[in-house]
Order: sequence, then C-alpha cells, then structure tokens
Amino acid sequence: MSDAVILPVETVVPRTGSATARMVASPSVVGGFILVGAVVAIALLAPLLAPHDPYAQDLTRRLVPPIWHEKGIWSNPLGTDNLGRDYLSRLLYGARISLLIGLAVMLISGLIGTTLGLVAGYFGGRTDLVISFIITARLAMPVVLVALAVVAVIGGSLPVVILTLGLLKWDRFAVVMRSATQQVRSLDYVTAAEAAGASRLRVLLGEILPNVFPHLIVVATVEAGSAILLEAALSFLGLGVQPPLPSWGLMIAEAKNFMFFSFWLIAIPGTALALLVLGINLLGDGLRDVFAPEGRA
Amino acid sequence: MLLYTLKRLGLALLVAAFVSVVAFMLLRLSGDAALAIAGEGARDEDIELVRQTYGLDRPLIIQYVDWLLTTLSGDFGQSLYFKTDVASLIADKLPVTFLIGSFSLLFALALSVPLGVLAAVFSGTWVDRAALAIAVAGQALPNFFFALVLIMLFSITLRWLPVSGSDSWAHFVMPTIALGYYVTPPMMRLVRAGMIEVLSSDYIRTARAKGLSSFSVVFKHGLRNALVPVVALAAVQLGFLLGGSIVIETIFALDGLGYLAYQSITHKDFPVTQAVLLLLSLIYVLLTLVADLLNAFLDPRMRVA
Repeated sequence: MSDAVILPVETVVPRTGSATARMVASPSVVGGFILVGAVVAIALLAPLLAPHDPYAQDLTRRLVPPIWHEKGIWSNPLGTDNLGRDYLSRLLYGARISLLIGLAVMLISGLIGTTLGLVAGYFGGRTDLVISFIITARLAMPVVLVALAVVAVIGGSLPVVILTLGLLKWDRFAVVMRSATQQVRSLDYVTAAEAAGASRLRVLLGEILPNVFPHLIVVATVEAGSAILLEAALSFLGLGVQPPLPSWGLMIAEAKNFMFFSFWLIAIPGTALALLVLGINLLGDGLRDVFAPEGRA
Repeated sequence: MLLYTLKRLGLALLVAAFVSVVAFMLLRLSGDAALAIAGEGARDEDIELVRQTYGLDRPLIIQYVDWLLTTLSGDFGQSLYFKTDVASLIADKLPVTFLIGSFSLLFALALSVPLGVLAAVFSGTWVDRAALAIAVAGQALPNFFFALVLIMLFSITLRWLPVSGSDSWAHFVMPTIALGYYVTPPMMRLVRAGMIEVLSSDYIRTARAKGLSSFSVVFKHGLRNALVPVVALAAVQLGFLLGGSIVIETIFALDGLGYLAYQSITHKDFPVTQAVLLLLSLIYVLLTLVADLLNAFLDPRMRVA
C-alpha cells in the first residue's frame, strides 16, 4: 500500500507523445490501474477464488481469527464472522457489490449530468439559467440525508440504492460538462460543423462530446469512487444493501458489536474499501494529469 | 457590487423555495403519512380520522402552502417519535452539530494550510510528494471506518477518550478528527495551487528582491493572497460538514442534528426529517451566498453574475 500511496506524486509525465504513452508513463495511472484491475479480477473470479460459500453459516466455528493470529486455521484464512461464515469468501464476493454500485451509479448519474451539462453549456441563455438553477438547488440538499430518507421509505435493496444514488449524484458531471462545453462551443470546428448545416444534436454528440470526453472520464472515475464510499456508508447505517449480501460497508456494520475483541472483522473490509477507492482516485488523478498536464493542481 | 448582491440574493431565495418544495414532496409522496402517524396495523377508520385531523386529505398544493406558512412562522410541527415540538428539538441539537462542524473545519484548516504551504514552497520535492500522498490516501479512507479505527486506538487500546456521548470536550475530539480529515485534501490542494501561483508572481519577486526574509515573503505576502479562494471553499465545506456529520454523529452517539436525522429516518418521524433536511439545505444556501459575496468583495473580477 505504501508504494501505491507514493506513486501519484512522482508524476513526471512527459508533455508530448500520445495520450496512451503518457498514461503508461504516469505512475498514478499505472498504480490505480493495478489496484482497480485486481479488484475487478477478484469480483469476476470470486466463485473460483472463494474457498467457501459466502452465505454458508457454521455456528460451531464463529469468530475464528485470521491466519496470522495464533488461533487461526488454514481452512478460513481470514477467519469467520459472528455467524461462522467464511470471511475471505464474503470479502471476495463483496467486491462485486462495490464495483456494481460504482459502475451503475456512475452510468446513471453520468448520463443525467452529462446531458444537462452539454445542453446548458451549448445552448446557453435561458436554458443555461434553468439548468444552472437545478444544479444549484440539487447542491443545496445534503446527499447522505436525502439518500437515507429515500432508502428508508422505499426499503433498502441493491437496485434501490443504485437508483437513489444515481438520481442524486449527477451534480459534478453537470457542473464540469457545462463549463467544458462552454469552452469549446465557440471554437472553429464547432462553428464549421454548424455552418456545414449539421443538426444541433449532431454538433453536440459528434463535435462537442468527443472534445470534452477527457473531462468526463476524470469526473466519472472520481464519482465512481465516491458512490462506492456512499453505498458503504448507507449500508453501514443499516439503510443500504441488506443482509445477507456481503457488502463491505454492511460487513463493517455487522462486525461493530464485536470490534472490542475481533477488530480484524472491521479492519479487513475497511482496508479493502480504502484500497479500491484509492485505486480509483489514483486513476482519476493520473488521468487528469495526462489529459491536462499544464492544469495540475 | 449592489447589482451582483441582489442577483445572488434572488437566486438564493429561489433555491430555498425550490428546496422547500422538494423537502415537502419527498416525505409526503414517499409514503402514506397518515399510516405512519396511526402506526402499523391501525384500523382503517383510525387512519381516516388521522388523515382528516392532520388535513392530509386536502390537495397537495394547499397542504404545501399551509405547511410553508406554519414553517415560516417557526412552527415545524410535532415529532411523532420524540413527542415534542420539532422546533425545540432542533434548537436543542443544533449547537452540538454547529460545534462539531466548526471544530472539524478548524481542524481541516490547521492541517491543510501548513501542508499546502509546505508543498508549494518545496514544490516538486519529497515534501510536496508526501503532502499529496497524504491527500490522496485521506480521500480514499471511508470516514466511518476511520472513526472506528480511532475508537479502537484512543478509547479501547489507549483508554484516553470516551467512546460515545456529547457531555464533555473530550467527547468531541474523535468526531472532529473523523469529520475534519475528509475535507482536508481538497483544501490542501487549493492552498498548494494558490501558493504556487502567488509565489511565482511579480510582487513576490519584488519582495524577495527587496531582501525580505523568505519567511516574511511566504507568510506575509504570499499566504494572504493564496487564502482568498480557501476562505470561500471553507464556507461551502462547512455546509458539507453539517450534512456529512450524520454518519459521524451516529457512530459517536453525538447528540446533534445528524444523529437526530438518523433517528427520525429510522423511526419514520417525517416532520423531523423534513425540518432537518430543510434547515441543512438553507444553511448551505446561506453559506454559499456568503462565500460568493465574500469572493466578489475580495476579488472584483468575480462580480460578473
């Protein structure tokens, strides 16, 4: 982990060459890619990697400590939880939930936010005023509170959490896409396409979108990470994904009562969450540098 | 400046009105309020009676206007779970949340300003890299997990601090850290970027050429100007902290607005949820308004509405 943390900052990214070449040369892109790639591999291969059924309870083997503890046993390398379920298997399957949340919320909120941002930035005027107002109003409402209230009323489940977060978290997409579109809308190639008689939709999707795409990618990465943390927080509060699903946030919540004697029950899923989000953030940070080396902050 | 102020004020009022509609609709449409008041398994005629007593059978617009007028007069209704009036309940809890929000902000500033200045002064060296690494790592750490790690370390292992409650100063130490570290990275980046820009500007070169010590150049001439955007961000972050304190307050059982919101949500106490949502949103609107006006006051270039 310490290596990965140091990586983002040694970005001596060459300012010339293709984007691909710059990505390969950027330590944070590579480090982030490795971390996220590892979690994706774990999520895809969970049935092959997991030594046990993540839902199978064994009350004769409750709270077995992990293998580095003197009482650890090899059949449960990361120990078992309070219901005797194999912790490693639950951790591996939990990667699926976090990734699914990150990806699905990113797609839904990305679609909403990008559409709003593109339209506001391109058309300007009254359209921009209305959309900017909607963005401001959305920003005024605390996401955690609204999400908790909605999930509590509808009932917690994976689809509900995904939809709720997807419908709430489009603000940053809209803000960034709006200003990016404003910057390119009066450039020559856009004017040329308009003069050539291209429809507005065609100009938006064919000329503007490809040119603001780097910004979109950066926001999408950061937002995926933030959605994963939010789901974990909701599930931790009992108002997100429901048991017996092995959501990492839920695993921490279930382990809370045992933390005094079995802190590894919290440390393991917590570290997994932090590493996944760290990887995603490194990717986002690195990509920002790759796309805009002069705008590094 | 006056025109800009008026425009921003108008926008803030519009947003506030819009938020009030959302707060009202969200909890009115999300479930049968009469059922929630009467309780699970209530008889049909009881539910009907509740509906009439609370005026829930009237058109939504009338209900909204009615609700808005009573709310504006300071009457937030009765809590269904706590059995007291919502206004006094909130007045009771607000100071705790305000304290924890301000402490966290101060904590974040105390951490991000020196780190950002160091990173900028030693830009490109290992100091800069270490500061950025802290920022990147900090942003990836789930705050509820970090809070539990703090409890394990300071309450259980070292026995220095109390686990939960809000009776003494010691109760605020861990929540402050757990809430404040999360807003530190963006503020640190802003301080660093601002300082790098300021330090390469002409007047800093002049100050150096005059022979002033580098300490005086960095802190008296540089930092003052680099902090302008940070002040604005801090105002917005305070709103974010007030909203985000729901998780932290629940973990530490801090008796503030966030914990109240959590309890009201789990007990389907919709008048309280509604009031907290409205209040937090309005505070955010107010803080962004202040931040914008502050920015415009400090930097006249921003006064283009």
